[in-house]
Amino acid sequence: MSKLVYLVPLFPLAGFLINGLARKRLSKSLTGIIGSGVILASFIVSIVLFYDVKAGHSGAVSLFDFINTGTLKIPFAFQVDQLSSVFLLIITGVGFLIHLYSTAYMHEESNEHFARYFAYLNLFVFSMLLLVLGGNYLIMFIGWEGVGLCSYLLIGYWFKNNDYTNAAKKAFIMNRIGDFGFLLAAFWMIQQFGSLTFADVFSKADGMKSNDMVLVGITLLLFLGAAGKSAQIPLYTWLPDAMAGPTPVSALIHAATMVTAGIYMIARSNILYTLAPTTQGVVAAIGLATAILAATIALKQNDIKKVLAYSTVSQLGYMFLGLGVGAYTGAVFHVMTHAFFKALLFLGAGSVIHAMHHEQDIRNMGGLKKHLPVTHWTFLIGCIAIAGIPPLSGFFSKDEILAAAFSKNAVYWVVGVLGAIMTAFYMFRLYATTFLGKFRGTHEQEHHLHESPAAMTIPLIVLAILSAVAGFVGVPAVLGGSHHLEHFLAPIFAGSVKKLQHAHHLDHNTEYMLMGASVALAAIAILYAVSRFSKKPDLDEATGLGKVLENKWYVDELYNNIIVKPLRNLSAFFNNVFEKMGVDGAVNGVGKLVNYGSRQLRLLQSGQVAAYILMMVVAALILFIIQLFV
Amino acid sequence: MDAKDVLITFPELLLWFPLLSGLIAFLLVKGDSAKRWATVSSFISVAIVITSLFFTDNNKYYNLNNVSYFWMPSLGSSFALKYDGMARMLCMLTSLAFPLVFLSTLKNNYKKPNAFYGLMLLTQAGLIGVFCAMDALVFYFFWELALIPVYFLSSYWGGERRIQATFKFFVYTFAGSLLLLIGIIYVYLHTPENTFSLKAFMEAKFPAGEGKFVFWLFFIAFAIKMPIFPFHTWQPDAYEQSPTAVTMILSGVMVKMGVYAVLRWLLPVFPQESASFSGIIIWLSVIGMVYASCIAWMQDDLKRLIAYSSIVHIGLMCAAIFSRQQSGFDGVMLQMFNHGINIIGLWIVVELIEKRLGTRKISELGGLAGTSPALTIFLVIIALANIALPLTNAFVGEFLMFNGLFAYDKWVAAVALISIILAAVYTLNMVQKVFYGSANSITAGGIGSLGSGAFLALSIVVIIVFVLGVYPKPLLGLTSETVDLIKSRLTGL
Amino acid sequence: MTIQHYIFLSVALFSIGIIGVLTRRNLIIIFMCVELMLNSVNLLLVAFSKMHHLAATAADAASKAGTDGQLFVFFIMVVAAAEVSVGLAIIVMMYRNTHSVDVNFLNRLKH
Repeated sequence: MSKLVYLVPLFPLAGFLINGLARKRLSKSLTGIIGSGVILASFIVSIVLFYDVKAGHSGAVSLFDFINTGTLKIPFAFQVDQLSSVFLLIITGVGFLIHLYSTAYMHEESNEHFARYFAYLNLFVFSMLLLVLGGNYLIMFIGWEGVGLCSYLLIGYWFKNNDYTNAAKKAFIMNRIGDFGFLLAAFWMIQQFGSLTFADVFSKADGMKSNDMVLVGITLLLFLGAAGKSAQIPLYTWLPDAMAGPTPVSALIHAATMVTAGIYMIARSNILYTLAPTTQGVVAAIGLATAILAATIALKQNDIKKVLAYSTVSQLGYMFLGLGVGAYTGAVFHVMTHAFFKALLFLGAGSVIHAMHHEQDIRNMGGLKKHLPVTHWTFLIGCIAIAGIPPLSGFFSKDEILAAAFSKNAVYWVVGVLGAIMTAFYMFRLYATTFLGKFRGTHEQEHHLHESPAAMTIPLIVLAILSAVAGFVGVPAVLGGSHHLEHFLAPIFAGSVKKLQHAHHLDHNTEYMLMGASVALAAIAILYAVSRFSKKPDLDEATGLGKVLENKWYVDELYNNIIVKPLRNLSAFFNNVFEKMGVDGAVNGVGKLVNYGSRQLRLLQSGQVAAYILMMVVAALILFIIQLFV
Repeated sequence: MDAKDVLITFPELLLWFPLLSGLIAFLLVKGDSAKRWATVSSFISVAIVITSLFFTDNNKYYNLNNVSYFWMPSLGSSFALKYDGMARMLCMLTSLAFPLVFLSTLKNNYKKPNAFYGLMLLTQAGLIGVFCAMDALVFYFFWELALIPVYFLSSYWGGERRIQATFKFFVYTFAGSLLLLIGIIYVYLHTPENTFSLKAFMEAKFPAGEGKFVFWLFFIAFAIKMPIFPFHTWQPDAYEQSPTAVTMILSGVMVKMGVYAVLRWLLPVFPQESASFSGIIIWLSVIGMVYASCIAWMQDDLKRLIAYSSIVHIGLMCAAIFSRQQSGFDGVMLQMFNHGINIIGLWIVVELIEKRLGTRKISELGGLAGTSPALTIFLVIIALANIALPLTNAFVGEFLMFNGLFAYDKWVAAVALISIILAAVYTLNMVQKVFYGSANSITAGGIGSLGSGAFLALSIVVIIVFVLGVYPKPLLGLTSETVDLIKSRLTGL
Repeated sequence: MTIQHYIFLSVALFSIGIIGVLTRRNLIIIFMCVELMLNSVNLLLVAFSKMHHLAATAADAASKAGTDGQLFVFFIMVVAAAEVSVGLAIIVMMYRNTHSVDVNFLNRLKH
């Protein structure tokens, strides 16, 4: 059955080609059916594959030789196993819902652009599937760059707006900085292991000693790649800007799937990371720092999508924290639950924006609860899930990461919980300001407020249900569950688990205490936020620290001043001075010198016969003298 | 089939056919029919080269020449041509490039078309000769033969500052050629039996300490032709001022002469010197890559931007060659072909923009994505291939080249990889400014229909981009034998 | 008379010729000076020819050594005669065109 794996990416590719090439001839409904249908087909194949893997049939499927030179052999191979099948389900499942949602959300676009949108979206799913299916780092990299490209195309989908295309460009370039690391790591692996195929790399790395310089180098470079793709410090600033794209794109690419590619990659390479504790420390620290930094910024954002964007960055930080402390299953679990509730939140935000006629500032909303009931309830479920209130999904996955962090270092836990409190606070600030209180928009907007069509609400309802119940696949033993996900993924992380040897497994009382503390604090934050913002949303200009937060700690300005501008000045110097005066100057200088010399020599040709003869005589005399006396 | 059983061999056919049809076009064909004549002739060349791919005999690299007749026996020079993997690949590139050029410029009317197309075909013959020559004197002969028609083409049909630019181009490259000639004569005098064949050149023994000077004579000649930093300044001027059809040939095929010559002549003849100077050359190339990327970012003229991006790519090829790794060589082979195809695609787009809108200043353009979507799609695909996005043709080549560099030295590879970030910067910058945003008064009308010739040419380019991007194996297989022989020559020290 | 006398005479004649060519502007005089130089060389050739021939016949009466110098003299005379005819023709033409025989008129090559 796993021989059919090539069908999974093939369907979206076909959808891309049909929608892309025939975009002028297809009607909108046909485009929508093709665009969503291919993803549904992939989803069905993914389900089949999932059960196949569950029955124990996992392995690599090689399609053809991609690169074959000398000793370096890289096949175009797919890896079907527990990890990739979970990601396949997330990508195609959530992907399908978002495609469905898009058919309604993007309906205002003209036929041609509608088809272009779906072509890009299908191409994205294709690339993402390549990324998770790749049987070696090169195929993974193909998907890795592919999703970056699609992200670029979709952020800049409304290409007439200069800000949007700037955001697209920024996303692509920051991703390229990550790719720089990824590629270097790949070359290093080729040098060290002679292969990029997962099985070969991992088995050879298994024999190396812990914290080997090479492993630390490779893992750090891979992490640079992951930081670019998954928006971690220092490369996170593109993600909030990426909200320039259509909202379903933000939901699919910049929340549910693409940005989790970094987590997938590290989870896939878990052996390497387990063997490089130094890198793990770096990953955990950067993850935690990102989680906190992004959460603080989210506190003061007023654009509904920006809040969600920073929340995404922050949640990704948690996932990296999980990876850094060795809770690989927890990280993957959080990827899954996050995909559900964050996609839900973005789609809910999209529904609000749709109803408000492209208004995104929450200060101009309020009281939408009665106008958009479905959106309101589903959004609320999403908010509770992300805030980590049991028994919704976010609680289980976040708790698993925090528990692992505590067993590694209590400070991680404290900071992590602080971030969780902020998360609960800003999410309910967003919720309360948007849905509660009085409507603050224009009369025209109020007149046109309407619940979204079924194509948009059905995905919301499905995702809300998933956000609510998805946690039950990973109920920890302490709460009487059996953690199905951990058992399912066990073969992937077996090597690491053996090496990590958790010194002390937390006893149940500690775990209860930790859970209780984080849930209670989050609940307090929620109550405070709701009570404070439902009546009196904060509409005033921020001052002091608030202003710094609203301006995102001025990080964009900082990057602009210390990296972009000096580089631009250097380039200008190269172009205007060094190239013109230096390199080309030298070349032209030679020409000028010859020219000048000839001009001077020309003066000898005076035209006076006597002068010529004099020269002749003098020359003859000199020759005589040389001949006679030298 | 043995060489002596057949009337004429493929390299001869590929060489004499354009030469002859070029002369006929020049002398006999009148007026506009020269355009048709040249197009048909170039397609026949493609047919020949494709047919030739099915005949794989006689490609042992050094031992046997496919063709060899004496042309200057007293000097020990014979007219030796060889059609091995690398020559096949480059002949294929040459033969593909000319139809692409002719197709895409089908709508242009050049004055004195018979001279224009005749000279173009003459260039084609010269290029084929360079790529097949196995005798240093023959090689030098064609090296110059390819240069001279290009000089006339650029100086007669070029842009405003064509005289100045082509003069610089000609004198610069000619100075390089003279160094090459000196080098060839020197090596010739030190061959065992005073012959010009490549085999004899490889057996040449130099007095101690003199080999390195000769190495530099050869290298500078090739470095100017490629060109790599700091010998590159003729290139942006020449590309800018030449008619675009000629620029396509210059950048798509002619610069490969330099890369090719390093692989065919420099490395096998001077394996030791290549090894001992590889450090300097690699660092020079790598610094040049970053430097040219920075400059490309600052350009306002589309042609100059592409010229500098080409310098980046050539720098990478040069560095990869001197890393002397298997995967570096394989990457260079792939990239020679793919870079040629991609850059021709870019020029086609630039030519369309310039011809229809009358400007190629990035600052004056904008919003073409709205008014000319087809052109935008083509350009974006080709531009992304140019920055080596995976599943496009350039990716595999660049991946292998960087891998070779990494195996040589990690830090070199790290510095060189900065160029992939900068490539994204200048390419996306250009795409954004030219194609995105709102249309202005110049671009409001769009460029209209692409025209069937240009559309066909661009489609061919895009198909090659994807086919070789997904399945590079045929091209890798074609050149693997040549790579093995170069490699064995280097490791046999 | 020793050979030195001939040498001095011919050097003197040659120098007069050179100085004449260098300093005079009248083409006819320059021409005469050129002739003077040619003839000074002729003189020298004959003198050396005589000297070498005498030395050779002293050793071997039948020797013809040294006589070729005098052959050169005839050649030079022939060439000089031809040159004079061409040169005078040029001078005549020049005079017809410019009504002058001043060489400084002939600096057109400069341009």
